[in-house]
Amino acid sequence: MMKTALKGAVYGLIALAASTAVADESAELVINGETEIVTRADAPAHLDGALSEVTSGWLYRSDETQAMQMDDFDNPGMLAVEDAMVAWGTAEGTENKSCADCHGAAEEGMAGVRATYPKWNDNAEEVRTLAMQINACRTENMGAEEWKYDGGDMLAMEGLISYAGRGDTINVAIDGPAQAMWEQGRDMYYTRTGQLELSCANCHEQNYGNMIRADHLSQGQINGFPTYRLKNAKLNGVHSRFKGCVRDTRAETYAVGSEDFIALELYVASRGNGLSVEGPSVRN
Amino acid sequence: MKSIIQMTAGLALAATVASAEDVAPADVVYEEYGEVTASLTGIAGDPENGIVVMTSRGKGNCIACHEVTALADYPFHGEVGPMLDGVGGYRSEAELRGIVANAKHTFPDTMMPAFYKTSGYIRPGDAFTGKAGEEPLPPLLTAQEIEDVVAYLQTLTD
Repeated sequence: MMKTALKGAVYGLIALAASTAVADESAELVINGETEIVTRADAPAHLDGALSEVTSGWLYRSDETQAMQMDDFDNPGMLAVEDAMVAWGTAEGTENKSCADCHGAAEEGMAGVRATYPKWNDNAEEVRTLAMQINACRTENMGAEEWKYDGGDMLAMEGLISYAGRGDTINVAIDGPAQAMWEQGRDMYYTRTGQLELSCANCHEQNYGNMIRADHLSQGQINGFPTYRLKNAKLNGVHSRFKGCVRDTRAETYAVGSEDFIALELYVASRGNGLSVEGPSVRN
Repeated sequence: MKSIIQMTAGLALAATVASAEDVAPADVVYEEYGEVTASLTGIAGDPENGIVVMTSRGKGNCIACHEVTALADYPFHGEVGPMLDGVGGYRSEAELRGIVANAKHTFPDTMMPAFYKTSGYIRPGDAFTGKAGEEPLPPLLTAQEIEDVVAYLQTLTD
């Protein structure tokens, strides 16, 4: 493309400024020197050629940010995971039960869980996000209060469950009873909202890898959630991140925990089928 | 880091004091390929202010998506849109005005936001609050700011 050729011609002029933000897109992610994370995978069939491969957001971050996720001692998100390990073993609610009472050690009991969410729940006849399932467990099995969606307790527990499933291959089902909601999410992904008339796809399908001002656009994959952002120094949930993105199109956002965002999460999660569970990841 | 699109944020106070002489966003006449022949204000554009609009995150923030060699002193140029070096040489004033005001008349599928449009949005918001906005929204740039950007782009002939 001409754009690419021209870009090369002027690259030298902005290289100094851009070098702080340009990442090593060929880096390999191995955590603690042992857990191999798939950061590039063949695009799932449902994308029908819209992407040639799917890539983790980790690839688009600076060397320093990448390094923070390569060692749990350097990953600030792990502090929340440690908090959640305490919560995991703490009895609560009218049933005076802890998570551990039914599920055993989180590392074993929650292995494989994160990779399939959001997923259809037959009994409830609804698509459940991981947060919804955690709250269902709390209210139905423990007789405990719900946690706030994308609140600190919830994100820490999602962080622990992601940690327990780290390295598992994302495998979100999009057919059967989940299909209608998945299609709703797909429509949302391609809808240009707000005064800036931008869809998710404008930035994250058509322009990943490109700079937009000082930001390096990724594919907007959510396999790394919950994600510790240097920007706000805490774990962040998928819906809150979606909300920020929609707001930035100068649009009326959807609510965290809403059916709209559950649908969008289901769809976006399925775009990452083939990547690894990374959570808690570290991003800008 | 400020998110990508805070670009057009500022929405200039000036937008609320648009002159009554200006062509209103809904009254702009786009020709066959999206050109806008007549000035939106009747006042010659100021290329110096055009630079301010192009480089300010609270104004047009054009360099968020476009590289401009002549603006290399302003850090962080994007790669989303075509670079603009020489654009004043190969595009006419009318083409430039139409593209800045609402590029979708020239390139129907373009990602570029319309900077002089106030209605017809899906889930229009109240600036960057995330709350619902009521159409007509204030345009992203004033008529004179559009003219200033067009005047600056016309200087990019190399």
